[in-house]
Amino acid sequence: MRKNRYSIFSLARNAVSYHQDWSEAWHSPEPAPSYDVIVVGGGGHGLATAYYLAAEHDVGRIAVLEKGWIGGGNTGRNTTIVRSNYLWDEAAHLYEKSLKLWEGLSQELNFNVMFSQRGVMNLGHNLQDMRDIYRRSNANRLNGIDSEILTPAEIKAKVPAMNVSSDARYPVLGASFQPRGGVARHDAVAWGFARAADARGVDIIQNCEVTGIRREKGAVCGVETTRGYIGAKKVAVVVAGHASVLADMAELRFPVESHPLQALVSEPLKPVLDTVVMSNAVHGYVSQSDKGELVIGAGIDAYTGYGQRGSFSIIEGNVAAIVELFPIFSRVRMLRQWGGIVDVCPDACPIISKTPVPGLYFNCGWGTGGFKATPGSGWVFAYTVAKDEPHQLNAAFDLERFTTGALIDEHGAAGVAH
Amino acid sequence: MLQIECPWCGARDQEEFQYGGEAHIVRPEHPESLTDLQWADYLFNRANVKGVHAEQWCHTAGCRRWFNVLRDTVSYKILAVYRPGERPPGGEE
Repeated sequence: MRKNRYSIFSLARNAVSYHQDWSEAWHSPEPAPSYDVIVVGGGGHGLATAYYLAAEHDVGRIAVLEKGWIGGGNTGRNTTIVRSNYLWDEAAHLYEKSLKLWEGLSQELNFNVMFSQRGVMNLGHNLQDMRDIYRRSNANRLNGIDSEILTPAEIKAKVPAMNVSSDARYPVLGASFQPRGGVARHDAVAWGFARAADARGVDIIQNCEVTGIRREKGAVCGVETTRGYIGAKKVAVVVAGHASVLADMAELRFPVESHPLQALVSEPLKPVLDTVVMSNAVHGYVSQSDKGELVIGAGIDAYTGYGQRGSFSIIEGNVAAIVELFPIFSRVRMLRQWGGIVDVCPDACPIISKTPVPGLYFNCGWGTGGFKATPGSGWVFAYTVAKDEPHQLNAAFDLERFTTGALIDEHGAAGVAH
Repeated sequence: MLQIECPWCGARDQEEFQYGGEAHIVRPEHPESLTDLQWADYLFNRANVKGVHAEQWCHTAGCRRWFNVLRDTVSYKILAVYRPGERPPGGEE
C-alpha cells in the first residue's frame, strides 16, 4: 500500500534512527486545475468519503478541500461516542453499518483509531424513560443490534461511582446497555482516513475555502476557492455546521439549522469510569479518555449560531446533572470547555442525498451525533456520489423526505443525548 | 451569555427568554393551493444565516411577550430589538 506501513517492524526500524525518518502521513499538494470528484470539507466524514471513493469506486481523480486544517472542526470537538442503538429501522441499519466498519477500521486504515468497545449505557430515570428504553432495546434486538437492559444493581456493579440510591435527585431505575458501543480517538480517525486516502491518490488540500459553486447549464462544473477556481465533474459537500452556507452558493434552501454544542474535559484522573454513561432526561453524558480526563458533553443552545461557543447556563445545567449522578466528581476541576457548530434537521436524522443540481451532493444534518457515523457516512456517501444514486442504506435519508413527509423521527427515540 | 433587551421590560439575562427561531415566516394564506414543495419550504426550510439573523424571542420568565431581535450569528452580538409588526431597523426583512 505504501512504503512506510505502520507495524511493529517499522516502529523498531525507526527507533534505530531516533524516529527522525518517518515520512509524512499525507502530502500537501497544490490543487490541480480540475478533478473528477471534489469533496468539500476535510473532517472525518469528508475524508472517509474520499477514502471509500478511492478504495471502493473507480471515479478518477479526487480532492478534499478543507478551509482550515483537517479534523479541526467537529471531528476534533466531539465527545467520541460510538453506538448504533437507534429506534427506527432506517437509522438503526445506517448506524449499525458504521459500527461494523468501526470494528475493522484500525486494520483497514493501518492506523490505530483506538476504537474501544467499552459499552454505552443509556439511563432511565422515570417510568416513561424505562418504557422507551424497553421499546428501543427490543427494536434494536429485532434489527440484530446488541442491547441489554440493566437493573440499578447491575448498573452499580458496572459503575460503582454512580449514585443509584432511591433518594437521588435523578433516581436511576435502569438502563439500556450496548456492549459493542464505545469510544474512539477522534483525531486519529481524521488522520487515519487522511493517510489512507492520500495513499490511494487523493489530494488533500488544506487552507482552501470554497467560496462559490460554479454551474454550467444547471449542472456543477467546479468550485471557486480562496486558492482559485477548481473544475470538477461532481462536488460532494460534507461541511456539518456550514451546510446552509454551501447550499446557499447553489441557491438551495435546506431544512437544517446550525446550533452551538458544547463539551468539556476535566483534569486527568486515575481510572474511575470504564464505560460510557448517557442520560437523556438530564441531558448529560460522560466517559473517561485514555489519558484519564472525564469527557463531558452538554446539549445544544436553543439559538442558532456559528460562533463555536455556547452559553454558560447550558454547561452549568449539564455539570449539575453529572455531579448529581456522580457525587465524587464534584471536586474535579475542568481543564477545557469548547463548542462546535452542529447542523440539526427537523427529524434529527442526516441528509445524505443528491440535490436538484446535477453533480452536487450533500451529506449534512448529522446534528449532535455525527462522529459515530463517520465511516458509515463516508461509505454510503461515496456510493451515492460514485453511482449517482443512493445506497439502500441511505435511500431514506434524502432531501425528498421533507417534501413527501417520510421523516425518520429520531428525536428522543434514540437517546437524544449524543 | 446574551443580555437581551426586552422591548417592554428592558435588559435581562438570556435565561429569562425562550428562543423562537427565524422571524417573519408568514403562514401561507391558502395552504391547500400550495404544492408539496412549497409547503415543505414553508414548514422545514430555514435561512440559517451566517451573519445578521432576524429571529424571535419570548420573554418567558418576564412579560411573556414575543418580539424580534437582529443578532449576528457569528459574534452573537445583538444589533437591534423590535416589536412584532414593526419593521427591522434598516428596513429590510
